[in-house]
Amino acid sequence: MTNESPPEVNSPKTSAKQKTVKPKRQPKPLRSGQSIVPRETVAGTALVFVIGIMTFLACLTLGAVSMVNTSAAKWQNDISREVTIQIRPFDDLEMEKAIKDASRIALTFNGVSKVTALNNVETARLLEPWLGAGLQLDELPVPKLLTVTLADGAKPDFAKMREQLEIQVPGSTLDDHRTWVDRLTTMALTMVAIGTTVFLLMMAATVTTVIFATRGAMAGNKDVVDVLHFVGADSKFISRQFQKHFLILGLKGAASGTLGAIILFIILGLWSSGSLATPEGDQISALFGTFSLSWSGYFWMIIVLLLVALLTAFTSSFTVQRQVNNLQNYRR
Amino acid sequence: MISFENVGLRYGIGREVLSDLSFQVAPNSFQFLTGPSGAGKTSLLRLMLLSLSPTRGLVKVFGKEASTIRPQQMPIIRRKIGVVFQDFRLLDHLTTYENVALPLQVRGKMELDYRQDVRDLLDWVGLGDRMHVHPPVLSGGEKQRAAIARALIDQPDVLLADEPTGNVDPPLARRILRLFIELHRSGTSVVIATHDLSLMDQYDARRLVLNSGRLQIYD
Repeated sequence: MTNESPPEVNSPKTSAKQKTVKPKRQPKPLRSGQSIVPRETVAGTALVFVIGIMTFLACLTLGAVSMVNTSAAKWQNDISREVTIQIRPFDDLEMEKAIKDASRIALTFNGVSKVTALNNVETARLLEPWLGAGLQLDELPVPKLLTVTLADGAKPDFAKMREQLEIQVPGSTLDDHRTWVDRLTTMALTMVAIGTTVFLLMMAATVTTVIFATRGAMAGNKDVVDVLHFVGADSKFISRQFQKHFLILGLKGAASGTLGAIILFIILGLWSSGSLATPEGDQISALFGTFSLSWSGYFWMIIVLLLVALLTAFTSSFTVQRQVNNLQNYRR
Repeated sequence: MISFENVGLRYGIGREVLSDLSFQVAPNSFQFLTGPSGAGKTSLLRLMLLSLSPTRGLVKVFGKEASTIRPQQMPIIRRKIGVVFQDFRLLDHLTTYENVALPLQVRGKMELDYRQDVRDLLDWVGLGDRMHVHPPVLSGGEKQRAAIARALIDQPDVLLADEPTGNVDPPLARRILRLFIELHRSGTSVVIATHDLSLMDQYDARRLVLNSGRLQIYD
């Protein structure tokens, strides 16, 4: 101590030293910021791609089923708003009187808003595909048709109407289009059943893919799983480490697939509305209605997105728990 | 705490690697498990850790017959057993601090509650200034001590250590042994598997000697 020389207070070197303020050391972080199962070890790109495709196809199926259902409901509604009375001509039948009687009887029923008899020109147009143009209806015993228009949602007692017509107007029959309605209902239900089956198959394929991806991720993280197992982690804790990664992957894949399907439906909707006047457009719209998807259709697509993401997360969690339970089984 | 009765183990259809083992690891006891390489020390430790089931005989852990333990109960049993692996088994992507804190994280404890305990333990094993680094940066001895700290952090009832001084020089081996002795004094049963005779000579403790799959006990 005694040998030490006193500091040179006035030297520039010393004063510079004195003025130098040491920067405060930033404390090093204790945590790496990594999750226990590193994100990059869970193979993501391929899984996101597969989930994306599956969700896209599932959304297309859902959209198609929704459109067919809407069209079928529309047809059904159109048909159910009209019934037809047919009067077959007899030798001694006064057709004009029979038409008046039938109209009167129909109009006595609640819910019947209008009865219109098809004139000769309209009837000839209806028969033109079978009997050709220039038809002279006076020379043929062609039945007369009466269109009975119903009010919205009205359901008159057709059985009673049919009974009264048969008694009071000989040769008349009432067609309430039930056969057509039944066929349309069956067709719509079949489409929904096919769509649901395809949708379920896609979900099953997604689940299977996720199971394989999870097993792959577990095999890639065998060291981590072993250590967690030996330090006393239960299967739920271990599965949570994988589940959060798979939820993100599922969300990414499902979002891209859903977005793709929504864009496709918007494009098809624009295309179909642009080709409404063309024969092709008319044929397509006659079969499927317009390609515009209702808001509920888009809503269900968002539900599919969430469903696929959750399904991915839960499938991976379930797979990990099963694998870990096997690992923890002493009698294996 | 751990008891074996006529335990035998064979892998596949080969000969028995462990035969007729009968012994107990008593509460608050200290023992060395020794024998030449290939004598079955690691297999015996794995049987004690319940990561292997015996071909025959009875294994009891904490008074419970091992074969009756259901998979859901296994984590609770494991939490009472600290284990130091020969190859450390530290997770390279986590810091030393996170590796040591892992058993507490697994038990659902909040970091605020255990942060100081982990720091204190790392100081105790001489890794106070290395808690921020990742295992690949640590030396063999440091990894060894980090693995020991991880095994001790939740004060297990039993500590099983497989060749804990196999990768370190004699002074560090003595230091690690002192850690185990201190742990034993605080109430933990310790089983150290080693073939290092000089290490065993430093502390007068029970010796379980494995030779050709058979066990001799020197109290």
